[in-house]
Amino acid sequence: MTRLFVIVILMALVTYIPRLIPMLFLNGIKLPAKLEVFLKYIPYAALGALIFPGILDSTGDRLTAAVGGLVSIIFAYYRLNVIFVVFGGIGGVLLCNWLI
Amino acid sequence: MQERGNIMEAGTSFKRGIKAGVPIAVGYLPIAIAFGVLAKTLGIPSIVAMLMSLIVFAGASQFVGIKLMSLGALPIEIVLATFILNLRHFLMTSFIAQNLEKGTSKKLMPYLAFGITDETFAVASIEEKGEISPQFMLGLNLMAFCFWNIGTLTGLLMSSWIPEYIINGMGIALYAMFIGLVVPSMRTASPILIVALAAMAVNSAFYFVPVLSFVSPSWAIIISTVTAALLGSFLDGKGEVTND
Repeated sequence: MTRLFVIVILMALVTYIPRLIPMLFLNGIKLPAKLEVFLKYIPYAALGALIFPGILDSTGDRLTAAVGGLVSIIFAYYRLNVIFVVFGGIGGVLLCNWLI
Repeated sequence: MQERGNIMEAGTSFKRGIKAGVPIAVGYLPIAIAFGVLAKTLGIPSIVAMLMSLIVFAGASQFVGIKLMSLGALPIEIVLATFILNLRHFLMTSFIAQNLEKGTSKKLMPYLAFGITDETFAVASIEEKGEISPQFMLGLNLMAFCFWNIGTLTGLLMSSWIPEYIINGMGIALYAMFIGLVVPSMRTASPILIVALAAMAVNSAFYFVPVLSFVSPSWAIIISTVTAALLGSFLDGKGEVTND
């Protein structure tokens, strides 16, 4: 039990350090222009990588995941609020589950 | 008067953060419940799983953590896997730190940093146009943190009552949220579209091409993100006449 607690505390530390260091040292610092442009694209790059192909394994069934993803893309394309995109995705998966 | 105005503004930003956190809450709840259920199933003591959600607060690494614990892995293996899995937050926090409102109190940094996850980063970086308000970020982080822990507790307490198909059906929630955030920007600006698609393509290569499958998913995400952002900085300003 103590061993498990120690592991959890160490997990917390190694997770927190990469979150903390940039916050402490990069805030208010003027970075070189090239690095600034690189950082500007991080959100879109990270989101792309986080979405695909991970989404395929998100429901335990690739077909339902694909349908849910497609519904989300359509809702998002028409600029619906994010919460509707989320419920659209879930609805797509549940509907597909129910049909097959 | 000035001071009062600032406090009121801080209050509205905080509320905006709470509101923007609703999709994260919807997405976190089923995953956190699944985490609690899995911890129970694997025979991890409830207090250990709960502590993990309270102080590690990083989804994927917690699932890996309890699986490795149940297999009796060495502590160093578990800690190292966690470190690598969560290293991508370094890039995300760098972006947040650079885009925080000017004059943000240094005292807030430890709290802001603790709440950075894929999801809080995604919402803050895309929905806060221009500078990111620290109060917005705190409201967002608080929502994410509360629902992650409420979900974990629910999963631990009610592990035998929760139908699997509901949890499976909701597994798509956070992906749908990412889609809801990124697709509208992909519609308008072409470098953004190219960057997001490039990241997907690189990550797919690691996933589908057998020779590349030795790269773990966590490294694959970091490599894809960096490659696509580099491509973005190369394309940036190309084709625009008014570029300095």
